[in-house]
Amino acid sequence: MDWSNWSEFLAMGGYGIYVWGSYLVTFACVIGEILLIFKRRRTLVKRYGQIFDANGEDTSYQDDKTAV
Amino acid sequence: MAINWYKYASPASFYSLAGRMIPFFAILAFGLLVAGLYIGFFVAPTDFQQGEAYRIIFIHVPAAWMSMFLYVVMALWAGIGLAFNTRLSSMMATAIAPTGAMFTFVALWTGSLWGKPMWGTWWVWDARLTSELILLFLYIGFMSLQAAIDDPRRADKAGAIIALVGVINIPIIYFSVQWWNTLHQGASVSVTQAPTMASTMLTGMMVMVFAAWMYAIAVILKRVRVIILERERHTAWVSELNERGAL
Repeated sequence: MDWSNWSEFLAMGGYGIYVWGSYLVTFACVIGEILLIFKRRRTLVKRYGQIFDANGEDTSYQDDKTAV
Repeated sequence: MAINWYKYASPASFYSLAGRMIPFFAILAFGLLVAGLYIGFFVAPTDFQQGEAYRIIFIHVPAAWMSMFLYVVMALWAGIGLAFNTRLSSMMATAIAPTGAMFTFVALWTGSLWGKPMWGTWWVWDARLTSELILLFLYIGFMSLQAAIDDPRRADKAGAIIALVGVINIPIIYFSVQWWNTLHQGASVSVTQAPTMASTMLTGMMVMVFAAWMYAIAVILKRVRVIILERERHTAWVSELNERGAL
């Protein structure tokens, strides 16, 4: 497939909005999913650090119950 | 060489194994994605009927296949967890659900954007589209139910029931285009017949299918590691890792 220029590529033969609408939302979902997992992990690791440092033992169970 | 596979049924050993496997699958996923997009946009020709709009196929079909496949794998792990009371199996099921739901949403979204120019409508209540929407609700139901139950082991069991009952929907989605008169077309690719697509289109699609597979494996392993940490926080091995700063 030879596209003669960028605007032809973006136009997708008149179907640009459908093709790029599909691809953009898909990539947003994928990137969003990855970011959410990293964030979930970062929060967890940070909390563990605080909990273990302060007491030398795991008190996260009570911590969980109070922080609804 | 004898490998003790049971060793990896323990969250502690699986946690480090998964950690070592993630980069491998992530790099493969990225490489396949770049190759698939290149083939899809620069090698595959224009379709004689659908023009350029058919290029949605390179995400629509992989997403739809993954949505069904991941559901079966999720139900399988959930069922194993229910039957054998193995913690890690249930954690795998929980880790798969969001990725499965994401692929289901993408299949529906891209299908809608494909349906509008080709069928003249964003949505119809035909058997294929409706059963795929039910799949999305099954994923959401599984996740909501698990989130609503405080005790993780009870959440595992309740979720497993939904997951197993919902498996009936998978053959319904797959065969819907044969069993009912649907606006959605029949399968273009099957095991028994030659595919009805240009070979470069098919190559691009299959590369994207493998990219989706590798992505799913990487992201699910990443998520299951977080779930393991959340659930195993009372154990000695987690505090030991934490003390070493090696979580």
